[in-house]
Amino acid sequence: MFAYILRRLWQMLPTMAGVVVLVFVLFNWVGGDPSYLLAGKMADARAIANIRAQLGLDDPWYVQLGIFVKQIATFDFGNAWATGEPVSHIIQSRLGPSLTVLVPLTVLETTIGIALALAIAFVRGSLTDRLVMVACTVGMSISILVYIIVFQYGLAYKLGLFPVQGWGEHFTENLLRYATLPILIGLAVSLAPTLRLFRSFVLDEVGQDYVRTARAKGLPERRIVWVHVLRNAAIPIITYVMANLPALLIGAFLLERFFGIPGIGREVILAVERSDFPVIKAITVYVAFATMVFNLLADLMYQAVDPRVQLT
Amino acid sequence: MTQLAPHHPAVSPGLWTLAWRRLRADRVAMAALAVVCLFLLSVVLAATGLVAADWEDEVAVNYAPPTFVGPDPALAALAQPQRPVPLNTFDPLAGDLVQLRAQLQAQLARQGHAAHAAKLATLPFGADKWGHDVIRKTIKGGQTSIVVGLVAAFVAVALGTLFGALSGFYGGRVDDLFNWFYSVFTAIPSILMVLTVAAVLQTKGVLTIVLILGLTGWTGPYRLIRAEYIKHKAREYVLAADAIGASGWRKMFVHIFPNVSHVALVQMSILVVGFIKAEVILSFLGFGVPVGVVSWGSMLNEAQNELILGKWWQLTAAATAMALLVTAFSLFADALRDALDPKLK
Repeated sequence: MFAYILRRLWQMLPTMAGVVVLVFVLFNWVGGDPSYLLAGKMADARAIANIRAQLGLDDPWYVQLGIFVKQIATFDFGNAWATGEPVSHIIQSRLGPSLTVLVPLTVLETTIGIALALAIAFVRGSLTDRLVMVACTVGMSISILVYIIVFQYGLAYKLGLFPVQGWGEHFTENLLRYATLPILIGLAVSLAPTLRLFRSFVLDEVGQDYVRTARAKGLPERRIVWVHVLRNAAIPIITYVMANLPALLIGAFLLERFFGIPGIGREVILAVERSDFPVIKAITVYVAFATMVFNLLADLMYQAVDPRVQLT
Repeated sequence: MTQLAPHHPAVSPGLWTLAWRRLRADRVAMAALAVVCLFLLSVVLAATGLVAADWEDEVAVNYAPPTFVGPDPALAALAQPQRPVPLNTFDPLAGDLVQLRAQLQAQLARQGHAAHAAKLATLPFGADKWGHDVIRKTIKGGQTSIVVGLVAAFVAVALGTLFGALSGFYGGRVDDLFNWFYSVFTAIPSILMVLTVAAVLQTKGVLTIVLILGLTGWTGPYRLIRAEYIKHKAREYVLAADAIGASGWRKMFVHIFPNVSHVALVQMSILVVGFIKAEVILSFLGFGVPVGVVSWGSMLNEAQNELILGKWWQLTAAATAMALLVTAFSLFADALRDALDPKLK
């Protein structure tokens, strides 16, 4: 087990290196010269030369790449260009609000998704099943923007059931007051694709021999569904949920932006708007690393779910 | 003597004929296809300027409501020629005011602004802030969004097919290289990748969005096409092509590609849906189409502020058009996948 983890981490190195190089190439060669952005409108040659020297843009590329790698390793990306706030502090302080929305959202989405998928899969082919699937397709076709705009206007602005936007100091206040509507909207948006996917995972299982055997043994249907099928459908579900967690951190950027939640996603949007390269670079690299680590965690969880899986 | 069997053996229907037959039998798929074709027709008409070329004409009063709602009394006043406010006789400047008004009227008349009175109080589906017809604007916006979706999906599938073909066909080092690319690109969540590239490419424009989406979206097609090439490269027809001395490129793209093209087509139909949605979000955030180009995303951006004023029609028009197209396209993509690959479910 330990050897397996070590080997997997070792195998991640080329991918990590690739991510670092990709981000480096994007920002240092594909993107324009940031010193013109930083110098502002009334830039003279001296100011630009000064900024170039400060950013190390006059150094050869391998020195710049070395600096970038060192920044990643030491979590020190310097200060954000737009606000002067240290990038590491930005990431740390924005993580909490993001997770306040994302953890309840993921838990609710997964549990409701699994329950509905199991219920739907056992009436597959029926009118209910087809109607639910059509409803899912239609629901997925409406832009997330429309959900947010309409719900924010209707439920928060018109009916006043929730605050239109805002964020407080205390966790419970944030969770119960400010995060509720974003979580509900996130659920409305993500449930349809999740249900469709989980349904296909469950459908792959219900035709298997062990289900027929379980039925032949006279097990109650409820036990077959919730114990036998669920355990086998759990592997693709875990893969999906785990692999998507880091992406969700960014994926909720629209919710965070509309509701004024100071999270990672909103920070990315702000950074793109302000061309604040250090912030985007840092978030991209760390989210990519997190994605790889979560993929490994998903593989480790397989063994807990399915004793047949041998991680060697 | 008995008649000889016909000289030509019965031609068995090909993959595409069979798929089309299956598709024809699927009523939902045909309805979806009809809707998609209708949208594509509107794109062609809008692109050639036959329809909605004049969407920027301010044909109605600002925020003219839809006809079925009836004219807004507050706005309808704008459509009428303005009646001068009665003058206050105690106002020492009253005389000057009369003069000023006369001058202003004359000037407006000279500039042709008298046409202001001719603006419509209502439109079939309302008007936006500037009095543009929402229906024409939606058609024009659809042109941008659909063209971006189609072209970007084509770029992504072309890249994915090229990489997948090289990787699957040659294997070995080439495969390792592209798999490394793949793992790097999939390690970064696609939405973050898109935003990062948007931050780097400072220029806004339709071409930029196509590039952003196309260059980041090749991973899905790559994985499937690569698997198909690995499967096909050992088949007999490829060995036969090898025996007559066909080059690698010829084997990959003349011999094998027609046999895996259905995978590429299905992938493309799936990507189009995702890219239309992505374009709408990018344009909404202001990272997409430049100012002056209308897309469904920029319409939603305007509509967000309009909704608070109670002007719901632009939001409804853009959202409905997009939902209709995306629903039809997704249903068609699903049916296409089922028709082309009946083993899958």
